[in-house]
Amino acid sequence: MWYYEKKLQYPVKVSTCNPMLAKFLIEQYGGADGELAAALRYLNQRYTIPGKVVGLLNDIGTEEFAHLEMIATMVYKLTKDATPEQLKQAGIGEHFVDHDRALFYHNAAGVPFTATYIQAKGDPIADLYEDIAAEEKARATYQWIIDMSDDPDLNDSLKFLREREVVHSQRFREAVEILKEDRDAKKIF
Amino acid sequence: MFTQYKYWEPYISPYDPCKPIKVKSYATPPQLYMGFQPYGLKQFNTPKEALYHGTLWPQLYSPYPNPHKGGDQGE
Amino acid sequence: MNKQMPPEYYQRLEEIQANDFVLVELNLYLDTHPNDYEAIQQFNELSKKTMQLKIDFEKQFGPLMHFGKSFSDYPWNWKDTPWPWQV
Repeated sequence: MWYYEKKLQYPVKVSTCNPMLAKFLIEQYGGADGELAAALRYLNQRYTIPGKVVGLLNDIGTEEFAHLEMIATMVYKLTKDATPEQLKQAGIGEHFVDHDRALFYHNAAGVPFTATYIQAKGDPIADLYEDIAAEEKARATYQWIIDMSDDPDLNDSLKFLREREVVHSQRFREAVEILKEDRDAKKIF
Repeated sequence: MFTQYKYWEPYISPYDPCKPIKVKSYATPPQLYMGFQPYGLKQFNTPKEALYHGTLWPQLYSPYPNPHKGGDQGE
Repeated sequence: MNKQMPPEYYQRLEEIQANDFVLVELNLYLDTHPNDYEAIQQFNELSKKTMQLKIDFEKQFGPLMHFGKSFSDYPWNWKDTPWPWQV
C-alpha cells in the first residue's frame, strides 16, 4: 500500500500568472511520456520482472507520483485565479468549456490519456529498454517546455524534474547490467 | 572526459523561409557515459545542494539549458 | 478564514525536503548497489535524522502523514489546509 505525505518532493514556485504555461505542462500530466504514464508503466512492470530489479521499479514508480503532484501543483497555481478571458487568450478556452479549471489527464494538444502509452512486453530487457527510452523522452519534453517558458521559478522546478529523468535513466541502465550479469542463472534446463 | 552537448550543422538552402540556425545542438547527459555507477562517488556537500541540483552526485548533474550556448535558440 | 503559513513553515519544510531527497537518491542507488556498506550507513543515519526533523515539524504545523504514521491533536488536524499544492 501507499502512504501520503503532506509535502511536495521539491518546492514548487510559480512567479507569473501565465495560464499558457499550464497548457504546455499538461503534456507531462496526461501525455505519452508524462509522469502518470511513467508511474503506471513501472508499477505495472513490477509484477513480472526478475526479483533483482523489482525494488527499483517499485521505487521509481512511486517517485513518479510525487512528480505528477508537482506538475499538478504548477497547473493548479497557473490557472487558479485566471479569468475566463485570460484562459481564452492562453489558448485553453477549449479546456475551460469542458472542465472549467479542473485538471484532466490529457496532453498539450487535448488528446485524452490512454493505456496504450504504457508498454508491458513481459520481456525484462524489452521492458527496461522501454523504461530507459521513456526517461529520455520525458527529459526531452522537459527541455522543450523549459525552452517555451520564461518563468524562472517554474523553470527551476522543471530543471529538477529533468534531472530526475537523468538519474532514473542511469538506474534503469544499471538494472539492465544486473540482469545481463546474473551469475545465479541456471545453465541446465 | 565527456561533454554534455554535441553540435552539428544542418544543410542550409537559399530557399529556407526562416533565418537559418547554423549550428544545432543536442544533449548528451552523463548517464550515457557513466556505466554502472562506481562506489563512493563524490556527493554534493549538503542535502540542500543535492535537492537543488536534482541529484546527490555532481557527476550525474546535467545542466539545462546548455550553459555554453543558451539552448537551441542561441546563434 | 484565511490563514497564511509563516516563513518558518517554508524553511523547516525545505529542510525536510532536502533530507528526504537524499534518502530517495540513496534508496534508488542502493536498489542497484545493495552491497555498498557506506551508503547503507548513510541511509540509516539520515533516516534517523529525518524522523527527528518531522517530529519537530509536526509539533508546530500538524501531521505530515495519515493512517497512523503521525499523531493527531484535538480536534483531528490531518485534514487541515493548506495542502502541498496550495502553499
